[in-house]
Amino acid sequence: MWKWLHPYAKGEATYRLLGAWLPWLAGSALVTLTVGLVWGMLFAPSDYQQGDSYRIIFIHVPSAMFSMGAYTAMAITALIALVWQIRTAEWAIAAIAPVGAVLTFIALFTGAVWGKPMWGTWWEWDARLTSQLILLFLYIGVLALYYAFTDARTGAKAASVLALVGVVNVPIIHFSVYWWNSLHQGATITKFEKPSMAPEMLIPLLISILGFALLTGALVCQRLRNEILKQEIHRPWVHAQLGVAEQER
Amino acid sequence: MSVVIQADQLTSVRAGRTLFAQLSLQLNAGHILHIEGPNGAGKSTLLRIIAGLLRPQEGQVRLFGQPQRDDPELWQRQTLFIGHKPAVKAELTALENLHFQAQLDGAGAIDPWQLLETVGLLGLEDIPAQQLSAGQQRRIALARLWYSPATLWILDEPFTALDTRGIDMLHQRFAEHLERGGALLLTSHQPLTWSGERLQKLRIEPQDEEFVDELS
Amino acid sequence: MSLVETNSRCSNQASTFALLRVIMRRDLAVTLRRRSDVINPLLFVVIVVTLFPLAVGPGPDILARIATGVIWVAALLSALLGSERLFRDDYLDGSLEQMTLLPVPLAVLALGKILVHWLLSGLPLVILAPLCALLLKLPFEAWGVLMLTLLLGTPMLSAMTAIGAALTVSLGRGGALLSLLLLPLFIPLLIFAAAAVESTLVGTSALGQVLLLAGLMVLTLTLAPLAVAAAIRVSVN
Repeated sequence: MWKWLHPYAKGEATYRLLGAWLPWLAGSALVTLTVGLVWGMLFAPSDYQQGDSYRIIFIHVPSAMFSMGAYTAMAITALIALVWQIRTAEWAIAAIAPVGAVLTFIALFTGAVWGKPMWGTWWEWDARLTSQLILLFLYIGVLALYYAFTDARTGAKAASVLALVGVVNVPIIHFSVYWWNSLHQGATITKFEKPSMAPEMLIPLLISILGFALLTGALVCQRLRNEILKQEIHRPWVHAQLGVAEQER
Repeated sequence: MSVVIQADQLTSVRAGRTLFAQLSLQLNAGHILHIEGPNGAGKSTLLRIIAGLLRPQEGQVRLFGQPQRDDPELWQRQTLFIGHKPAVKAELTALENLHFQAQLDGAGAIDPWQLLETVGLLGLEDIPAQQLSAGQQRRIALARLWYSPATLWILDEPFTALDTRGIDMLHQRFAEHLERGGALLLTSHQPLTWSGERLQKLRIEPQDEEFVDELS
Repeated sequence: MSLVETNSRCSNQASTFALLRVIMRRDLAVTLRRRSDVINPLLFVVIVVTLFPLAVGPGPDILARIATGVIWVAALLSALLGSERLFRDDYLDGSLEQMTLLPVPLAVLALGKILVHWLLSGLPLVILAPLCALLLKLPFEAWGVLMLTLLLGTPMLSAMTAIGAALTVSLGRGGALLSLLLLPLFIPLLIFAAAAVESTLVGTSALGQVLLLAGLMVLTLTLAPLAVAAAIRVSVN
């Protein structure tokens, strides 16, 4: 009997485990983001060249970092889902992809906003922005495929294959776009070629990066919990869970 | 009597619905197992699991005592699966279909003309399959039975669209197969005109949601 | 007489290649019966190429500058055009599930399907390239490199297309979704191919880009069949 129950118990166990992590992740994300962003926005010194407009890096850099990071994480869960047929890993794809897509969008948006004072235009075919744009397309592709199937398992597996194909392609795309950019534009300002950053700027940036990592973790955690509930809605433990929640209210 | 296929405690959940749970079956050489049940009970799913196209959520299937993961090649060579879809290419003629299919099955030495005559399609050889009737297309698909060396035949509704002569022909072929020590697993909504102890029956009933709830 | 003994396993590489050949010959026979499926994507390329001079004016300066880009983008779009059919019929008539039951690695058969697709879509495009180059007034010295990039690039198009087609085959209509999945993956190909022709036009060697394309092609043809096989297994369930 236990053997029969085993695969279904996994969802419940994961749900509870994530539930235990969530408050810590969310709490520490709140603290580090508040510290990092307030410090960065209000107290860090202005840049001698860019004035105050550089402050957008406190959002732009972390979101760009974790847009890539989330894709890698998604591809790893996709591999786990395909090789070991673990359903929780399949759901994790649906949990990570939208978070990653939003991070990519934030990176694009802040990049464009930053571009206005720097380049005098909202959109420049800069290598970094272009490859972020393509990454956004890749995320949308995975999400579209995931939700295209009526059978959720088939969708999850198809999206897993696509995520793996994508992760092999991401470095190639990245390289090709940078190479293309160097070919066509010599004179664009490269954003991060400053040899060193003043510690008064670097420390809040690092704190923001940590904050974004924790926030990403917390969001994925909560989304995965929702996904587990949604997928196991017919299981008795979900009924019990929701029943308890109603009584508490 | 040697055991050809044995399934233990199979459970299949499709799209959140339990089709069957803890289903076991055994089929010996020289026997037919007729899977019965209403539409949607999971008959096709069971056949697809045994053919190795699907994995069950729980349980395992053994062919000659070997679990599938240990020796997928044994399965590929010792089982023949013909499903709802006939795997007949609409653009190719009956003769070409038979020819390619025989080669894919490793029976390239078979004379496709002979085969065409056996399944009663002589005279229709150069008509593209899409212009043939459903029953004629099914005959092309079923022609594999006349050369297949596989021990276990897994047939999903083999009689669909066949006329009475076709059904008789198929019954005769089944008898030859069993005589040679083969085994046959099939679903059919038509009653089998089969007599004797060689025929076993297994009925699948749709599972209720209650089954899941019982566990809590 | 025991059936088990008479059918002792005789699996070896010879039988793998024999089956690969049968699958390819059947695919060729089937596709050649549907000539319009082969010809229409090629006509599409020629028509797209014809539209550009009408849109941007027939001056040789501008046409020669955009020629490579136009031809390559037209090639990408035409690859998408026929891609839905790649596995659709096999899926609907049950041949695809029978393929997964054959005693050879599915990836090998997937490679066979990719090669047949390339023979009937990519190769004709390579042959058609000089006509497109002529229409777009691409200087003659770049024709060879253009054809070379197409020769190296179209197998990649077929392989990538096969991945997308295998993933979406069980969805009734996968057309728009397929372009969403595939076009971003075509970007490196587009960049390197266009750059190769570009560098020939400015008089430098295109060897670097061509070698990059060749490397990418080898990588793609090695990995794509595995992805196609995985996708087929997902789809036949």
